[in-house]
Amino acid sequence: MFDLEAIREQFPALHQKVYNKPLVYFDNAATTHKPLAIIERISHYYRCENSNIHRGVHYLSQQATEAFEEARRFAASMINAVKAHEIIFTKGATEAINLAAHSFGRMRMKPGSSILVTAMEHHSNLVPWQQLCLEYNGKLLVTPMDELGQIDLQAYTQLLDQQPVIVAITHTSNALGTINPVKTMIRMAHDRNIPVLVDGAQAIAHTEIDVQDLDCDFFAFSAHKAYGPMGAGLLYGKEKWLEAMPPYQFGGEMVDSVSFDKTTFNVLPFKFEAGTPNVEAVLGMETALRFIRNTGYEAIATHEKELLDYATAQLSQIPGIRFFGQAPEKASVISFLISDVHPFDLGTLLDKMGIAVRTGHHCAQPVMDFFNIPGTVRASFAVYNTTHEIDTFVAAVKKAALMLS
Amino acid sequence: MTITDIQNKISEEFAVFDDWIDKYNLLVEMGKDLPLIDARYKTNNHLISGCQSKVWLHAAYEDGKVIFTADSDAVITRGIISLLIRMYSGQKPEDILNSDLSFLDDIGLKDQLSPNRSNGLLSMIKQMKLYAQVFKLKSDTESNH
Repeated sequence: MFDLEAIREQFPALHQKVYNKPLVYFDNAATTHKPLAIIERISHYYRCENSNIHRGVHYLSQQATEAFEEARRFAASMINAVKAHEIIFTKGATEAINLAAHSFGRMRMKPGSSILVTAMEHHSNLVPWQQLCLEYNGKLLVTPMDELGQIDLQAYTQLLDQQPVIVAITHTSNALGTINPVKTMIRMAHDRNIPVLVDGAQAIAHTEIDVQDLDCDFFAFSAHKAYGPMGAGLLYGKEKWLEAMPPYQFGGEMVDSVSFDKTTFNVLPFKFEAGTPNVEAVLGMETALRFIRNTGYEAIATHEKELLDYATAQLSQIPGIRFFGQAPEKASVISFLISDVHPFDLGTLLDKMGIAVRTGHHCAQPVMDFFNIPGTVRASFAVYNTTHEIDTFVAAVKKAALMLS
Repeated sequence: MTITDIQNKISEEFAVFDDWIDKYNLLVEMGKDLPLIDARYKTNNHLISGCQSKVWLHAAYEDGKVIFTADSDAVITRGIISLLIRMYSGQKPEDILNSDLSFLDDIGLKDQLSPNRSNGLLSMIKQMKLYAQVFKLKSDTESNH
């Protein structure tokens, strides 16, 4: 049974006033708030468990190591990875993608090779691949989208025929909300023996991920966009790739034996986890994933769809409003502009009315260029948002638009 | 009027309003009085970086005083820059360089001063002071000859 009030009760940061107005937090695609369970989990780690993992013989180190590895097993089960060691902990989706680009990308690239992305990538799933192409004098291929923000699958097929060494696609667009047909796109790439990385940063809080069903080669996400702490995320990779890939960073923890002449590296997953990891954030991530599992993806999706539909309907009544991203398959993200009002103006006034939205290019400048706009105002909803908050938001948008016209 | 006098006057104008939204409404209104930059200066050379909205700023040096004109594609940014111009335009370079900006606290714009703010208030102030610095150096050099 989905109990919205009970869920809101778990998020202390929601219950505050900003500029003397009750906070309405609609910047969830940037980062979500954290339930008490996560705050307490992190606190518990430092109160009772703190110690360095994987190397101590003492009690605390063993406890912390066990908790850390349990978090890995849980993350693996959450996305249905075959093996726990297919989960590499990183500081977030950005580092996960950089790891894949530096290690797997370099392994595959030859002078003149190409890499295929889409027109709606976040900079974090675009710039690492672009830089890799520059390094190898290669070519970055971009799958175009249409005015609704949907991938052009026909163009995608043709681009696959150019045999890129890897396809990197976002599961869900942060700027437009589009949910891409990743399963189909992966199958199409695999038909040509091209591996696929999926950027799941905007997916993990909203929809169930089954990496075996998707058959993706890599999947990346950050904990902080899914009710978890900042500074933790993961890269899932198929075992066969991870085994073949060279280490990405060097240092302690990731080594087997070291002499001044040579070093042999540790086994998976440790060869990719150099240095002391962000243990408390990884433990917090586990708690966040458990929060999602306990709430249930189905309940989350139903509620967020209701919020999306309600907000879209209410906003549609505002004269001069333009929506960016109108794909039929869409996450709870609304990107919009009103007439020629600058998104910065609208966002600033909404802020002063207690409403947190994102303005600007959302780290997806090519998307803004496509629509020929400087940026948008983006409202993104999470499981704890309410239709009452949407009413407040819509009234505030109307007031701001009036002030600025 | 000295810069401090103008700051006090601006503070009084903002003090009338309790609600933040009303303070910003005033800012929007102030933006309408902005001494607009000549169209020929509205180029990338006069663009201030560090703003989510675009700001073009031009400075001239006339009779020992700095004259600023500007424009922005965002209304609130236009208000912020017009407030700064009201304060600095027609002032001597050394007065601009020595000015204290704590009055921004009083009028509630302090939050716009943190380095992560996207409106670039900091960048605007920095650029205006840079112009003042250049004009001061120029006039110091000339008076030495």
